[in-house]
Amino acid sequence: MIALLVRDLRLAMRAGGGFGLGLAFFLIVSTLVPFGVGPEAKILSRIAPGILWVGALLACLLSLDRIFQLDFEDGSLDLLATAPIPMEGIVTVKALAHWLVTGLPLTLAAPLLGMLMNLERPGHFWIFLTLLIGTPALSMIGAFGAALTVGLKRGGLLLSLLVLPLYIPTLIFGAEAATRGTAGLPASTPLLMMAGITAGSIALLPFAAAAALRVNLR
Amino acid sequence: MLELGKYTDAILSSWTITLGLLIALILVTWRRSVQVKQRLDAAEERAKQND
Amino acid sequence: MSLWEFANPVKFMALSGKVLPWVIGLCTVTLIPGLIWGFFFTPEASNFGNSVKIIYIHVPSAMMAINIWVMMLVTSLIWVVRRHHVSVRAAKAAALIGVTMTVIALITGAIWGQPMWGTYWAWDPRLTSFLILFLFYLGYMALWAAIDNPDTAADLTSVLCIVGSVFAVLSRYAVNFWNQGLHQGASLSLDKEEHVSDVYFQPLLLCLAGFTLLFVALLLVRTRTELRLVRLHRLEVRERMKDA
Repeated sequence: MIALLVRDLRLAMRAGGGFGLGLAFFLIVSTLVPFGVGPEAKILSRIAPGILWVGALLACLLSLDRIFQLDFEDGSLDLLATAPIPMEGIVTVKALAHWLVTGLPLTLAAPLLGMLMNLERPGHFWIFLTLLIGTPALSMIGAFGAALTVGLKRGGLLLSLLVLPLYIPTLIFGAEAATRGTAGLPASTPLLMMAGITAGSIALLPFAAAAALRVNLR
Repeated sequence: MLELGKYTDAILSSWTITLGLLIALILVTWRRSVQVKQRLDAAEERAKQND
Repeated sequence: MSLWEFANPVKFMALSGKVLPWVIGLCTVTLIPGLIWGFFFTPEASNFGNSVKIIYIHVPSAMMAINIWVMMLVTSLIWVVRRHHVSVRAAKAAALIGVTMTVIALITGAIWGQPMWGTYWAWDPRLTSFLILFLFYLGYMALWAAIDNPDTAADLTSVLCIVGSVFAVLSRYAVNFWNQGLHQGASLSLDKEEHVSDVYFQPLLLCLAGFTLLFVALLLVRTRTELRLVRLHRLEVRERMKDA
């Protein structure tokens, strides 16, 4: 399993695209929003946590179809399916690799991008914390969506349509926790709810995703 | 005609849209049902002749 | 004789063919009088004025939108556990009816919201939840449409429906937490206090029955169509095999 993880990470680095693309997209979204809403510092700092969350979520969405697509096309997914690792394990490792390549860099970049948006001082910490807890759920849910659509030729758009509604609870709690934390209000309730969603997704979704993969490999 | 007062627009538009959508749904369902039945009957007929 | 016997497509076709005229008849004698009663023969409400007439289409469609999703969840589960074709075809057949009901509930709600709350759209929990439900219906139908092999499609959409239901419930709670809304409390509850008064309730009940029967009738027709399509698909495959 660790070998699989290392292999996936190497491929992501070498192919270049997956690694930098999400970050670049995140940067562009954060740059575009002030052009759209105007440069007033007050408004920007009010909406900054929400914008950063939506930006991170979209950047995460961008690279989802790569989780299984390449391996499905060149047949290595069939090989993995016959390997002595359970399919659930493969899904989890794939999601973890996706998180390390996308979610983690986004989390690290978010506080920096927050400066572009006049994020208040405690906000940097809160956006980092909420993304750190929330992005694993995004990767796991995304892996499930990718497993559903892996057999399709043009699955990208459909994948977004399937995954975005599933992202709603995570987004609501994550952005709410970040906003409240930034404003100095108690934020532990949404934070705990989001942590619960992440834990639940990691515990249960691999089974659903593995079932979907088995159907697609049939 | 009964008097609907200041809500005339709201009531009439929502009822029209609802009834329109429901009738459209019924028509689509019915038409497709007839089409598929015809295609299936034709296919069954062919299958019988081939045997 | 157990319920599962009707999971056999042939038996289902025979039975549903017999039941269908009755359901259509019952639907006609409840839905049409219910709607006419509600539209022409109900008084103004003190707080809503005449706009209360929208309730006869808004509440039934909203209720059906949720119930149809629950029905799809149950039939998807039956397919995953027992692999009965009728079950998953019924889920597929129900989706379009469900999405229509959701759209009706959203549109009538928006039109009603304008005079009542002064806005077509507010990010009120119930409105938001319905919008999310609409997205779930769209995703479900899009997945059915995208996959060619019917059995693969049945499996994948069932998994999506089950996982989606969990997230739909989560979204409901999340949305509640996120914004407290404008919606009045349940208009249908056994608690007399918040209950709408009988003058409106009796025609509403008739409309609810009518919408439910309309759903059952449409569902039977659509499921029969789906099952015929499965049979047609098989015959066509066999023909092609013979030609080759």
